[in-house]
Amino acid sequence: MSTTAEVPAGELTLGAALNAGLRQAMADDESVILVGEDIGALGGVFRVTDGLRAEFGDHRVIDSLLAESGIVGTAIGLALRGYRPVCEIQFDGFVYPAFDQIVSQLAKLRARSGGRLRIPVTIRIPCGGGIGAVEHHSESNEAYFCHTAGLRVVACASPADAHWMIQQAIACDDPVIFYEPKRRYWDKAPVEPGPVPADAPALDQARIARAGADVTVIAYGPAVRVALDAATVAESEGRSLEVIDLRSLSPLDFGTLTASVRKTGRVVVVHEAPTFCGLGAEIAAEITERCFHLLEAPVQRVGGWNTPYPPARTEEHYLPDLDRVLDAVDGTYQY
Amino acid sequence: MTDLTDVPKTPADLGVAPEPPMRLLGEDGELLAGAADAGITAELTRGLYRDMVLARQFDQDAFNLQRQGELGLWLSCRGQEAAQVGSIRAVRASDHVFPSYREHAAALCRGLEPAELLTQWRGTAHGGWDPSGYRFHLYSLVLSTQLLHATGYALGVAADRRREPGVDEIVLCYFGDGAASQGDANEALNWAAVTGAPLVFFCQNNQWAISTPSAAQSRTPLHVRAAGFGLTATVVDGNDVLAVHAATAAAAARVRAGGPPEFIEAITYRMAGHSTSDDPTRYRDAEEVRRWEERDPVTRVRRLLDARGWAGEEFHTALKEEATALSEATRAACRALAPPPLEDTFRHTLVEETAALRAERERYTAWRESFA
Repeated sequence: MSTTAEVPAGELTLGAALNAGLRQAMADDESVILVGEDIGALGGVFRVTDGLRAEFGDHRVIDSLLAESGIVGTAIGLALRGYRPVCEIQFDGFVYPAFDQIVSQLAKLRARSGGRLRIPVTIRIPCGGGIGAVEHHSESNEAYFCHTAGLRVVACASPADAHWMIQQAIACDDPVIFYEPKRRYWDKAPVEPGPVPADAPALDQARIARAGADVTVIAYGPAVRVALDAATVAESEGRSLEVIDLRSLSPLDFGTLTASVRKTGRVVVVHEAPTFCGLGAEIAAEITERCFHLLEAPVQRVGGWNTPYPPARTEEHYLPDLDRVLDAVDGTYQY
Repeated sequence: MTDLTDVPKTPADLGVAPEPPMRLLGEDGELLAGAADAGITAELTRGLYRDMVLARQFDQDAFNLQRQGELGLWLSCRGQEAAQVGSIRAVRASDHVFPSYREHAAALCRGLEPAELLTQWRGTAHGGWDPSGYRFHLYSLVLSTQLLHATGYALGVAADRRREPGVDEIVLCYFGDGAASQGDANEALNWAAVTGAPLVFFCQNNQWAISTPSAAQSRTPLHVRAAGFGLTATVVDGNDVLAVHAATAAAAARVRAGGPPEFIEAITYRMAGHSTSDDPTRYRDAEEVRRWEERDPVTRVRRLLDARGWAGEEFHTALKEEATALSEATRAACRALAPPPLEDTFRHTLVEETAALRAERERYTAWRESFA
């Protein structure tokens, strides 16, 4: 039974929304090929590619060898031949064997060729913790890729957006690292499957997930839900939080961010990755440069601790939760 | 428990003894058995000789230019002309080639201009040519990454074949003995074998990975290892341009006809250092170099041409003039290579310059212009 069939009409899980987005992209463009470990008969370990092999055949939904560098390296070759490969890396912590192919080859070939080559490869990576997994299955490694010019790095957070973003990523002529928050795969929300509507935000735009006036909370991927929950609680305490879902981690949409800061004057950045050299550090620095005179307090960061991701039974103390976000919001009033 | 003394010591003990390299041209320039069957003609031999002579001239000029401070670095292909010319001349212009970083002779045969080959080493670009137009990919400096690119490209060709049966291109991929130690090489050989990608892997075993000899890199000969992956493997005397040409033509024909991927190990020798920054006298002795000089791939063919009377004085005079003209053109083109504006890098990082990149470019431009 396919994932889509398990949910009520009009309401899809984030995983099913991605599945429908992949289906749409494959139907729209014959050059789209999916490549990854166990994505065919099994439909991927998270079933995101469920049913696609039956629909499009094993030449377009390819079970790769168990070799991550090979997945990305051959995808580069396929792209040079005119295909649009969509790679699935089974878990975030398994992407490191492909690191050279991503940061030294995939990211650089366009610039190296003087703009002559296009390498439209999408690399899907289930990311983050919160599912009680073993080691190497709960990592947030986006900063490594954001630090490399030549890559676009995005993270989806909600079913409808995931459905559009995966299509936008595949249609993009640049390489895209596409993060999927694995603990949100089962979150449901209304989705209208189909092509990306004209009024959907572009792939490099942030989205105001909840409007507010007092504090800007910037989050992405799995942390967006946490920020929204914090906003609900804060409202009952009389504070209005504006939650921004970044969507694009590289490039960053500072237009949307600074417009929000202009309203609120207070900023909290939330992500699961360690704060040290994490995306929050970049955002805090840029906002300080751009909006110094507007800020009522230093930009606060809430993230994972600067340790390896801990064993599953302790991850609730590692992952930023609602209380830590609210504490940081309080912190912005201490100045 | 296994007694370590029982571990096999040689490839023969493992039952994977190497094949003797295929040869058509003796070291004194005599044609060996099989040459007639391989379709060796005077015209083919003259053409291969010409390409090798021009490649050597170009390589020498580039080396000199580095010594004169015009190039930051040069990686000489001296000694490997037969391996490169013989193989590239055995495939079609429509076949796609993935080089490593020392394939200058192959590149010249593909029609690349001397200036295009020098840009990377002069520091004016990281590529230097249109890889799609020449069907010759950019050089790959990280060892063996290109084997996976070649495999993926070949899988794309195979996918095209399913839709259009007339597609009969193949892919030719160069790499060295040192690169064979990388994970990517082993992933690619396995991946290509399993998927049947239309691809010829061409390993130039030039005996040295900077200062590490082949024997210290692999327990088994590389063609034996490739056979272990399930690839059709051939070993050829890489200093015998006729044998390399014949072996590659045969492998390419089999792959083009739908056969499985092939692996060719060409046994050759890197006469110069790894790069102009290298000092090969620290790790290899003069006697070894002298022995390989006796097997120089260019003089070997010259002996054949002379012995058979396949090329008269007129041919050699014309070739000498061509080499001189190439030499002058190379030196002039090198000195004319100017750095591009840094602005280009911002524009080429992504397909469309993002607002963030545009802002950085404008900051840089304003800063630079503030000194005007």
